[in-house]
Amino acid sequence: MTFSPALEQRFEKMLKAYPEGKTRSAVVPMLIYAQDETGAVTEELIQEVAKRCGVSRLQVDEVVGYYSMLHRKPQGKYHVQICTNISCMLVGGTELYEHCSKKLGIGHKQTEPTGLFSLEEVECMGACSWAPTVTVNYDYYHNVTPEMLDQLLEDIRKANR
Amino acid sequence: MTPTIGKLYNEPHPDETRVLTWRFGKPNSWKIDTYLADGGYQTIMKALQMTQEQIIEEVKTSGLRGRGGAGFPTGLKWSFVPRSSPKPKYIVCNADESEPGTCKDRLLIEFDPHQLIEGLMIAGHAMGSQHAYVYIRGEYRFLIEHLNGAIDEAYAAGVLGENIRGTGFTFHVHTHSGAGAYECGEETALLDSLEGKRGVPRMKPPFPAVAGAWACPTLLNNVETFSAVVPIIRDGGAKFLSYGVPKSGGTRLLCVSGHVNKPGVYEVPLGMDTMTFINGIAGGVKGGKLKAVVPGGSSCPILTADECQNLPMDYDSVAKIGSMMGSGGMVVMNEHTDMVAVALRIIKFYQHESCGWCIPCREGTTWLKKSLQRYADGGGSEADIDIIHELAKNMLGRTFCALGDAAAMPTISLVTKFRSEFIEYLKKPRAVHQHELVGIH
Ligand SMILES: Cc1cc2nc3c(=O)[nH]c(=O)nc-3n(C[C@H](O)[C@H](O)[C@H](O)COP(=O)(O)O)c2cc1C
Ligand code: FES
Repeated sequence: MTFSPALEQRFEKMLKAYPEGKTRSAVVPMLIYAQDETGAVTEELIQEVAKRCGVSRLQVDEVVGYYSMLHRKPQGKYHVQICTNISCMLVGGTELYEHCSKKLGIGHKQTEPTGLFSLEEVECMGACSWAPTVTVNYDYYHNVTPEMLDQLLEDIRKANR
Repeated sequence: MTPTIGKLYNEPHPDETRVLTWRFGKPNSWKIDTYLADGGYQTIMKALQMTQEQIIEEVKTSGLRGRGGAGFPTGLKWSFVPRSSPKPKYIVCNADESEPGTCKDRLLIEFDPHQLIEGLMIAGHAMGSQHAYVYIRGEYRFLIEHLNGAIDEAYAAGVLGENIRGTGFTFHVHTHSGAGAYECGEETALLDSLEGKRGVPRMKPPFPAVAGAWACPTLLNNVETFSAVVPIIRDGGAKFLSYGVPKSGGTRLLCVSGHVNKPGVYEVPLGMDTMTFINGIAGGVKGGKLKAVVPGGSSCPILTADECQNLPMDYDSVAKIGSMMGSGGMVVMNEHTDMVAVALRIIKFYQHESCGWCIPCREGTTWLKKSLQRYADGGGSEADIDIIHELAKNMLGRTFCALGDAAAMPTISLVTKFRSEFIEYLKKPRAVHQHELVGIH
C-alpha cells in the first residue's frame, strides 16, 4: 500500500521519532492518519501498518477495537459529531443531537444512504466553555444552535451537489 | 464558522491574572518571531546556566501542583526521576484533555505553543532528557498540526535540535496522536498507548518516574504544568507562589461552563473566592439561582450552592469540603437543573470510557448506569438510591486506576446531597422525566 506523498513523509519522520527498535509506538498514530486516506481501517491497512511498524497483525488488530476514533467501516464523507456530555447537555446539546438526528433521518453511528453524512453522539470534545460543541470531520464548531447546524448541513449539501 | 487559529474563544476579563496566558490575543502569538520578540527562549538559556537541582528547587519553591487532575506537587515529582540512571530519560506531556468540563490545554497549545516547548526544554535539561513526546487527543487534529508547525519553526530557528545555540544541549519534541479514549489521559495508560498498545493502566509501583515510557525514567506532566515552568524559571519560584496561596502556588486556568453568562477559560490566582469568580468573571448564574457547581471536571464530587459560599478555590480548601480542584473544569448549574439527568449523564460517560481492564470499574460503572437509567426512566424506587450509593462506595479505591473513583465520587455526592430531589423525582409523571431528561434551556 502507498499513501499520499505528504503522508508517506509523515510516516517516515514518525518511525524515527521513537527510540531505536520502538516502532510499535507508531501503530496508533499511523492508523488514525492512514484511516483519513483509506476511509476505514481495512484488513489491508492493518497488515500494512503491521509491516511498517514491525509488529504482528494481531498487535495492530487489537488496538483497533479499543480506540473509538478508529473504525472498520467507512463513515459518511462528512462525519457529524455532537457532544451531549455534561457542559453541552446543560445548554442544549442533547436537543441539538436529536434535532440533527431528525433532520438527517439517521441515528447514532449511522450513515445516510447517499454516504454524505454520518452522525455520532460523542463524549466531551474539549470545548465545554463554548458549548454546545459539534465537529464535522476534524473541524470544530462552537456555541452551535439548531439554526446554525441547519445552515452548516445545508452549505455542505450545496457544495456537494 | 470553522474556527480560525488565533481568534479568542471568549473575551478575557480584566480581573484575570494572566501569567501563563498573557500573550493570548496578541497578533500571531503562536509564531516564533513574536515569541522571540517577547523574550521567548531566553528562559531556557537562563535554565541552562542553572544546575538540575537548582531548577527542581525553584519548581518546589513555586508551590506548583499538577494541573492535570491529581494536583501532585510538581517539584517533588521532578525530584523522583532517577537522573543518575544510565537509561535514557523521557519527558511526556499529557495533552489528552478529556475530562468533561475541561478545555484549557488546547488554548495553551493554540495561543502559546512555544511557551510549552520551552517548558518541555527546561524539564528536559532538569531531567537530563533529550526527547519530549506530547500526547494529544486525536480529536484535536488541528492542534497537532498547529504544534507540529511550531516545532518545525523551533528547529528552523535553531532552538530545537542538536547542540542548541552552541550550548551543548540537545533536545527534540515530537507530537503523538491519540485516537479517542478518555482512559489514555491516565498516566500509565497513556504510556501504554504511547508504546502502541491498548491504553490500559499499569500496576504501580514502579511509578513512571522510575519506569515509564519504554521502561525508562519518565517525567509526565500536564500541558499547563509544563507551561507554568517558564514563568517560574523566568521570574523565580517565589514570584509564582505569591500569585496564589502558600500550598497552592500560582494561577490556574479555569474553564467555566454551563449556566453562567460568560462561560470561558480564565486565568485566576489560586485561592480566589468561588462566588466572586462565578458572579464576577463568569458573569453570574444564568437562568435562575445557583444550585450546584462541579469544581474541577466531572469526576469531582459536586458542591451545593451553600458549599460554594466563602470557598477559596485552592487545592486544600476544596479538598477540605470533600471535593477537588481536579482539571480546572468548573460546571455551573442553575436551580432548574435535573440532578437525576446529571447523574445519569456523568455515569454514562465513565461507563463508556471504562477500559474494561479491571472488574470493579467495568462492572461497577455498568451497574451504576443501568440503575440510574432505570431510575431516570421512572422505574426506580427509594431503595435504589441506597443501592446506587452502596455500589459506588464499594468501587472507591478498589479499581486499578482512578477512573473507578472518578465515576463513583460524583455519583455518591449527587445521591447524597440531592437525595430529596431523587425522592421527589419518583412522584413526577413519566412524561415530565422524559422532557427534563433532555436538558435545560
Ligand atoms: C481516568 C483518568 C483520566 C485522566 N485524564 C487526564 C487528562 O486528560 N489530562 C491530564 O493532564 N491528566 C489526566 N489525568 C491525570 C494523569 O493521570 C496525571 O496525573 C497527570 O497527567 C499528571 O500531570 P500533572 O502532575 O502535571 O497534573 C487522568 C487521570 C485519570 C485517572
Ligand atoms: S462537554 Fe461537550 S465539549 Fe465538553
